[in-house]
Amino acid sequence: MQTETQVAAKDMTVEKAKWIYTKMQEIRQFETAVHDIFAKGEIPGFVHLYAGEEAVAVGVCAHLTDDDSITSTHRGHGHCIAKGCDLNGMMAEIYGRATGLCKGKGGSMHIADVSKGMLGANGIVGAGLPLAIGAGLTAKVKKTKNVAVCFFGDGASNHGTFHEAVNMAAIWKLPVVFVCENNGFGEASTFDYAAAADQIADFAKVYKIAGETVDGKDLPAVYEAAAKAVARARKGEGPTILECMTYRDFGHFEGDTQSYKDKEAQKKAITEDDAIVRFQDYLKKQKILTGQDIKKIDDAVKASIDEAIRFSEESPFPDAKEVTTDVYVSY
Amino acid sequence: MAVKMSYSEAINDAIRLAMRKDDDVILIGEDVAGGAEVDHLQDEGAWGGVFGVTKGIVEEFGRDRVIDTPIAESGYMGAAVSAAATGLRPISELMFNDFIGSCLDEVMNQAAKFHYMFGGKAKVPLTIRTIDGAGFNAAAQHSQSLYALFTHIPGIKVVIPSNPYDMKGLLLSAIFDDDPVIVFEDKTLYGMKGEVGEGFYTIPFGKAEIKRAGKDLTIVGLGKQVYTALKAADQLAKKGFEAEVIDPRTLSPLDEDTIINSVKKTGRLIIVDEAYPRCSAATDIAAIVGDKAFDYLDAPIKRVTAPHAPVPFSPPLEKLYMPTPQKIIDAFSVMVGNKVFSAV
Repeated sequence: MQTETQVAAKDMTVEKAKWIYTKMQEIRQFETAVHDIFAKGEIPGFVHLYAGEEAVAVGVCAHLTDDDSITSTHRGHGHCIAKGCDLNGMMAEIYGRATGLCKGKGGSMHIADVSKGMLGANGIVGAGLPLAIGAGLTAKVKKTKNVAVCFFGDGASNHGTFHEAVNMAAIWKLPVVFVCENNGFGEASTFDYAAAADQIADFAKVYKIAGETVDGKDLPAVYEAAAKAVARARKGEGPTILECMTYRDFGHFEGDTQSYKDKEAQKKAITEDDAIVRFQDYLKKQKILTGQDIKKIDDAVKASIDEAIRFSEESPFPDAKEVTTDVYVSY
Repeated sequence: MAVKMSYSEAINDAIRLAMRKDDDVILIGEDVAGGAEVDHLQDEGAWGGVFGVTKGIVEEFGRDRVIDTPIAESGYMGAAVSAAATGLRPISELMFNDFIGSCLDEVMNQAAKFHYMFGGKAKVPLTIRTIDGAGFNAAAQHSQSLYALFTHIPGIKVVIPSNPYDMKGLLLSAIFDDDPVIVFEDKTLYGMKGEVGEGFYTIPFGKAEIKRAGKDLTIVGLGKQVYTALKAADQLAKKGFEAEVIDPRTLSPLDEDTIINSVKKTGRLIIVDEAYPRCSAATDIAAIVGDKAFDYLDAPIKRVTAPHAPVPFSPPLEKLYMPTPQKIIDAFSVMVGNKVFSAV
């Protein structure tokens, strides 16, 4: 856990920087691998990829422990990785195998690991917002000092649950950070079309809580803003809306033609504006990590993703009895 | 004249015909046009819904009548209800029926209640199109078949078309019906081709179709499970038993007469439904037949349904989850007091 005196990104320890960069790489390589495997028809169902938004999940989760909770979205792989979910278990879940984090019963859209404070990717837009304030309520009632983070998209900000959840978090001063991943699109509709507000963080003013909009492609910017928001929540000073401007490198779902995207903007987002490239530059410029350090991490991550794929492909499918287990706890 | 069309194309065709016929018909929902206010995108390049079912409709009718909404089911469904009550005839798309959780009030307490609650003085000519069905590996929140939920609620009609021909005729009936109607589109049927009538036609609600005649067993198949029923019937025929297969087509109203008359003839009833078994459409039909045709039954009524569990993601589990011809044959062997069919 970061304390307030350590929040400046430039003071980031080498150990922390390595953790952050590794997680970002894990997300990128995991998603790229899933993209390729899905295209080959080896993964069933609906898949929504997080690539491009790595700085948000990792920059925020860098300030959380396993006792803190997060809620996620249909685009949840990145949140899972940043919150420490096991790569093998995640990949096996996407493959529908018995060794998956949810025994293969949830799939890509429902990966969860409650032991890591990851309360699940979610198939329902807007569903994570009230769930996050519930985790905040538990922390408040039980006086645990734990924090709940809600990752949600700009699309979900138009959903009633956003306003209900933010209002309640504000009136009850809950330890919640609402992290809006504003990637410019809700499915195939643009943020400019679907939202009347200029920025999601503007709602903070109405609900009389802290709010900030940052460049979500800039890891240090997210890291610093999240440190403040998480510290505020932990101290019992109430919720924050942290809006991170970012970009969804792939389509809404795998198979989406993305005809609604501006090609120039997409090119810029995945090249010069890429969060990983920018963080690499930063780490080298600040002399936190060398090019060689980075290369070493990239290679290690590649090995772990390859291993996750091997593990998944070699894992068995769930036993037939799993169809009707876990429906109730009690019988 | 009949034309060959997919289930998906039949929907698209019905919507266009309705919109040409009546300027009050509008289409509203998430990305039903797609790409709203995207400068570089011409309307023909737009999504037309997440499965492309409504593709091209915005080109013909424009964005005043084909309206993309924010992801705000409660908001736009409520708007559609009230637009219907104030003079429009909206087709509101709920992308997946599972998302009803975000707008149940608007359907259950508003649309379905207005006419009765206001003493018959208000009408809500609303059509809700929604996607249901398992078998797509879409997991627990995108695979449910929730038609029973709406069948339970008085004031809304429930339609479950199983083929392109029925889809077109029933959807047109829904659009021009003065009550709220929810039409279920099984996502696994979108690509299914079939003969569809050319031009405008309607199929009345509450009229089941006998897909196959038989004297030994009645099988009622709901939605795409009518095909599971037909496969089982083919296999049973090889063993010398003729099953009558009925597609009810609408659950509310339900064509009780066709089902009961069939049972009077066959003495046996199996209902095949991929929805959950408790308080379900299958259970409801079993209760109606038990109530009204008990004396004609030679064996207990059997239901072949999903188990009382959410839809699992993993493909082998989902396969086990669904009704199969073998499960129907197994149920029938119990009904006739022997097990000889288990090897079929």
